[in-house]
Amino acid sequence: MKKSTLFDIISPVMIGPSSSHTAGAVRLGLLAKNIYKNTPKKVVFKLYNSYAHTGKGHGTEKGLLAGVLGLSVEDRRIKNIFDSDLAKQIDYSFEYYDNFKYHPNAVEMLFDGENKMFIAGESVGAGEVAIRKINDFNVKLTGKYNTLILVYKDMPGMISQVTSILQSKNINIASLICDRSAKGKEASMIISIDGNIDSGVVETVEEIPEVYFVSYVEKLEN
Amino acid sequence: MVISINTFEQLKDACLSLNKQIYEIAQENMASEADITVEEVRTFANKSLFAMKEAIQTGMASKELSMSGMCGQDCYRVQKRYKSEHSMFGPLFEKILEYALATSEENIRMGKIVACPTAGSCGILPAALVSVSEEYNHSEREQLNALITAGEIGRIISAKVSLAGAVAGCQAECGVASAMSAGAVCQLQGGNISQILNAAALAMKNLLGLTCDPVAGLVEVPCVKRNPFLAVHAITAAELALSGVESKIPIDEVIDAMEQTGALMSPTLKESSQAGLATTNTGLAVRKQVFGE
Repeated sequence: MKKSTLFDIISPVMIGPSSSHTAGAVRLGLLAKNIYKNTPKKVVFKLYNSYAHTGKGHGTEKGLLAGVLGLSVEDRRIKNIFDSDLAKQIDYSFEYYDNFKYHPNAVEMLFDGENKMFIAGESVGAGEVAIRKINDFNVKLTGKYNTLILVYKDMPGMISQVTSILQSKNINIASLICDRSAKGKEASMIISIDGNIDSGVVETVEEIPEVYFVSYVEKLEN
Repeated sequence: MVISINTFEQLKDACLSLNKQIYEIAQENMASEADITVEEVRTFANKSLFAMKEAIQTGMASKELSMSGMCGQDCYRVQKRYKSEHSMFGPLFEKILEYALATSEENIRMGKIVACPTAGSCGILPAALVSVSEEYNHSEREQLNALITAGEIGRIISAKVSLAGAVAGCQAECGVASAMSAGAVCQLQGGNISQILNAAALAMKNLLGLTCDPVAGLVEVPCVKRNPFLAVHAITAAELALSGVESKIPIDEVIDAMEQTGALMSPTLKESSQAGLATTNTGLAVRKQVFGE
C-alpha cells in the first residue's frame, strides 16, 4: 500500500462511525457513480462478509447509497439518506452474502439506466478504497488520482495512440493498467495522471474509432 | 525539497540540522509532496481543526443514542455532574473527559468528526488539544502547529505499522492517537523536539498490546469510553516528558515493538470480535439483540 501522508493522518472530516464501513462505503459509491458518469435509475448493492454482517450498525448501506447519489464523506445528509428526496430519485436494493474468496469489506454494484454496468470494489482500511472490477475487466481505481478509463478494441497501437494524446498535453502518467477480455475483443485501460486534463483531451480520445467508452473520473476531494 | 523521513531519528536529525521544529519540516514536506504551498497545507489542517471543534460543540449538546442504543449519553452524564461538583483534578480534566466523549459519541450517532487517525479514535486528539489550548489560551497558530506535529508523529508510525485495528489491534488506533496527542500537548506547552518524541514514546509504550475486541463488531464498546481514558493518558505522558522524564526505549524501537506485538496478537483480538469483550456473555447478548444472530 502507498505510504500515508500527513493529510491522511489528520483527515478525513467524515460522517461516522467507521472509516472503512462508512466513509469507505461513501467513496466506493461515489467513485462508481463517477465511472458510470450519471446517477443510475436503478442500483443493486451486493454486500459481502463484514460489510454484510456489520454494515447495518455502521451505516454502510447509507454510505453506499449516499455516494451513488453524489454525496461526499462529510455530508450530514448521509445519516438520513433513506428518508431524503434525493433517494427517491432512484430504485435501490441491498443483498447480503458470505464469500471467503472476497475481501472482508467488499461490495458489488449493478447499475441500470441508460446502460447497465457492473462495478465492484473494496474498502481496504482507514477509509481507503479500491474499485477492482468494471464489467468483466480487472481495474484498480483508488480515487487518489484523476483517472481516465477506456474500453476499446484490443489491437496494436491503441496504448500508444492514447498516451501520445496525453503526452502532447504534457500530462504525466502515474500508473497505467490494461486488461482484455480476449485477443481482438474488448480491452480496458485505466490511466491515473498527475494534475488535470481538460475536456478537449477526453473528446480527442473519444474520437478514436476503436474506443467504445471513455470516462474521466476526478480524484476524490475528501 | 522533500526530505525523506521514515523514522523518528531521521525527523530529529532533520530538525536539529535545519534548526526547525517538527511541524515546520512536516508542513514543508507535505507541501512538496502534494505540490501545494505551506499555507495551503495549513489551510487543510485548519479545516480539520475547525471540524474537531464543531464536533465537540455538537456532541456536547446531544443525547441521541447510537443505532444500536448502546452509547450516546455519557457526555451528558459527565457534564451534568460537573455543573454541581467539580473534578478532583480541576477544570482541564473535566474538559478532557467531556470533549473526548462528545466527539466519540458524535461519531457513533453518524455525526461529523475527523478521523484522526481513525474514526474509532476520533475523540482523543481533539480532547487533548482543544482543552489544553482553551485552558492555556494557545493561539490558533499554535494549535495548528500542534495538530501538524501530531499528524507527523502518526505519519511516521504508519510508515511502519498500518493504523488499523484489524492489522495491529487498538494500540494502532487509540494507542497511536494517544501518542500523537502526547506530542501535540508537549508542542503546545513549549516542549523541545526531544521532549515531544519522548512524550509520544511514553504514551505508546504503555499501550502496547491493546486489543480491538468491539462488542457486536461496532465502534461503540469499548471504543467510545476508551477515548477519554487515552486522552488523559496522553496528558500523563506529556507531563512526564516536559519534566525531563525520558523513555528508556527510543521511540523508533517502541514502534518496532508495537509492530511485533501487533503481529503476535491473535487475529481473534484484532477487530474480528471473536474474543475478549466481544464474546463475554453480555457482549454476545448485545450482538444477538442488535443483529439477531
